[in-house]
Amino acid sequence: MAELLRVESLRTSFRTPRGLLRAVDGVSFSLEPGHTLGVVGESGSGKSVTALSVMRLVDHPGRVDPNSRIVFDGHDLSHLSEREMSRIRGNEISMIFQEPMTSLNPVFTVGNQIAEAVELHQQLRKRQALARAVEMMQLVGIPSAERRVNDYPHELSGGMRQRVMIAMALSCNPKLLIADEPTTALDVTVQAQILELMKDLRVRLGMAILLITHDLGVVAEMADEVAVMYAGRVVERGPVADVFARPQHPYTEALLRSIPRVGMRYSEPLEAIRGIVPNPLDWPPGCRFAPRCDYAFDRCATDDPPLLAVPPQESACWLCESGRRVPRVVEVAS
Amino acid sequence: MTDAGRDVLLEARGVHKHFPVRKGLLRRTVGQLKAVDGVDLDVYRGETVGLVGESGCGKSTLGRTLLRLIEPTSGSIRFEGKELTELGASALKTARRNMQIVFQDSVGSLDPRMTVKQLVGEGLKIHGLGNRKARDAAVIEMLGRVGLPREAGERYPHQFSGGQRQRIGLARSLVLQPKFIVADEPVSALDVSIQSQVLNLLVDLKQEFDLTYLFVAHDLAVVGYISDRIAVMYLGKVVELAESDELFDRPLHPYTQALLSANPEPEPGAVRRRIVLTGDVPSPIDPPSGCRFRTRCPIAQPICAEEEPPLAAHRDAHLAACHFAGTSISEAVSPAA
Repeated sequence: MAELLRVESLRTSFRTPRGLLRAVDGVSFSLEPGHTLGVVGESGSGKSVTALSVMRLVDHPGRVDPNSRIVFDGHDLSHLSEREMSRIRGNEISMIFQEPMTSLNPVFTVGNQIAEAVELHQQLRKRQALARAVEMMQLVGIPSAERRVNDYPHELSGGMRQRVMIAMALSCNPKLLIADEPTTALDVTVQAQILELMKDLRVRLGMAILLITHDLGVVAEMADEVAVMYAGRVVERGPVADVFARPQHPYTEALLRSIPRVGMRYSEPLEAIRGIVPNPLDWPPGCRFAPRCDYAFDRCATDDPPLLAVPPQESACWLCESGRRVPRVVEVAS
Repeated sequence: MTDAGRDVLLEARGVHKHFPVRKGLLRRTVGQLKAVDGVDLDVYRGETVGLVGESGCGKSTLGRTLLRLIEPTSGSIRFEGKELTELGASALKTARRNMQIVFQDSVGSLDPRMTVKQLVGEGLKIHGLGNRKARDAAVIEMLGRVGLPREAGERYPHQFSGGQRQRIGLARSLVLQPKFIVADEPVSALDVSIQSQVLNLLVDLKQEFDLTYLFVAHDLAVVGYISDRIAVMYLGKVVELAESDELFDRPLHPYTQALLSANPEPEPGAVRRRIVLTGDVPSPIDPPSGCRFRTRCPIAQPICAEEEPPLAAHRDAHLAACHFAGTSISEAVSPAA
């Protein structure tokens, strides 16, 4: 198969004093080499835990269900030993996080930290590794990299630190980059720089990107495909242009309508989604979006819809059972 | 000003806020961080002025300084014609009834040991308004207005979601029946589906209580949606000020143009000419000479380093601080590779 990554029925839960928190509860998606999949969702939807699960970075009290399948480049990652996994991590799959300051070690120079990754994974000597670090810093557009290589993280701005993180992540030519909210902590002009950089590097290095974000604008700009998450599930997935133009799941539709667009004015009220995200300790039965959904009918409260094909998309909504979205009269909520 | 006929609620002139930078064992002042460095701003009664800019541009500091929650280093702030900077403590307290703030961080700004009823009623108590019964009635009425159930009054902040806590913050400000509200990133911490609920509420409340807002935020789409006029800040200065539509349609300042083009819009495949600014925002401790934006500006000329451009009118009430205001910078830079 042409897939680089296939995730099937991923379930990750956390044992908490108040019960079992099912953060990711049956997530499936796949990603082709060189493509970008945007995983979009609001806080608590399980998107970051999905990313950590793929990297096998979920620690106690978290647990990935043994029946989950994560197939990367033909290998089922869930069956690898920790040692085999650490060879894949960094070498084949790399990850960058939202907050570069907490992911970088403050007492080592950035050059040392990039070189460390290279030494570990590519069996290079220190000097060669440092040369590679400079090369990587040039690649990610850090000016006067030969000098900045000796800087400590606090001497760099937020945007530069994220560039260092990207340099580190890409230093071993991974096939897959997992980027968890890579630009959320950055200002919009700096975000633009980092997004342009990621687009450029994706083409030059031919890697695939799993982009986790809450920002629909970032997904629209970066992704080929999108998976929309809600309450621990993927509720819709498909090519990004189709999903944005013709959302098939009521949540996707409501989400897209609720964001103010440039040119909209307050004289025109935003279409808000009523209610709040359900509690992950106690997901509602049936469709998890039903309590907030304008289209919900009796079946939604009891039966949990699987992802149904609505070509070219898939949508976990009973309205899509016939292969196309059935229009339904909106019942005004009391 | 061309808007001489309009009713000015708040008038700021030459407002500066410098924070001393101290270093060493003796904490000697080695410099000044110029968070707000000479801002003139009029806010008309009944309008919403959006204040946008990136982190560190001074927008939050300006919002707080206008309410004298932070003492200005210099400058004049008049509210309904009264000079705020000269008021003594008790006169300022009285004036504060009319000027309230809503914060971004609804966890940090609500005392976790107080019930919602106490939190919302606190302002009334401080200002000695009404007896206990009247205050309770006002609180319950206000909770209803911001969309919280009556029972919410007996609960504590941690028992609410982020969106609900933001409603508590709003109720807390509105119960004093203020005229002017500084909303400092009020929806930035909220998820999109909740953000739209709170934005709609802000719009409704403004209508109902004849409010005037200064809406501080970094999200251009949100600011554009809620504001009548928008002021763009860069390194402690207002660099452009215009009606919302005008600003989005015809940005005159290169920084505004870059900011607008950098905003990722939720339209896949949209053709964009992105202007990617190089470098980072310079330090507000030692800002560049002349125009502060010149170090990142693609159309900077020698004059920009020598002379600071004033915030001047270029079209009807469209102000910009640039020697070359109106020059499109998308032609000056090659599209990103």
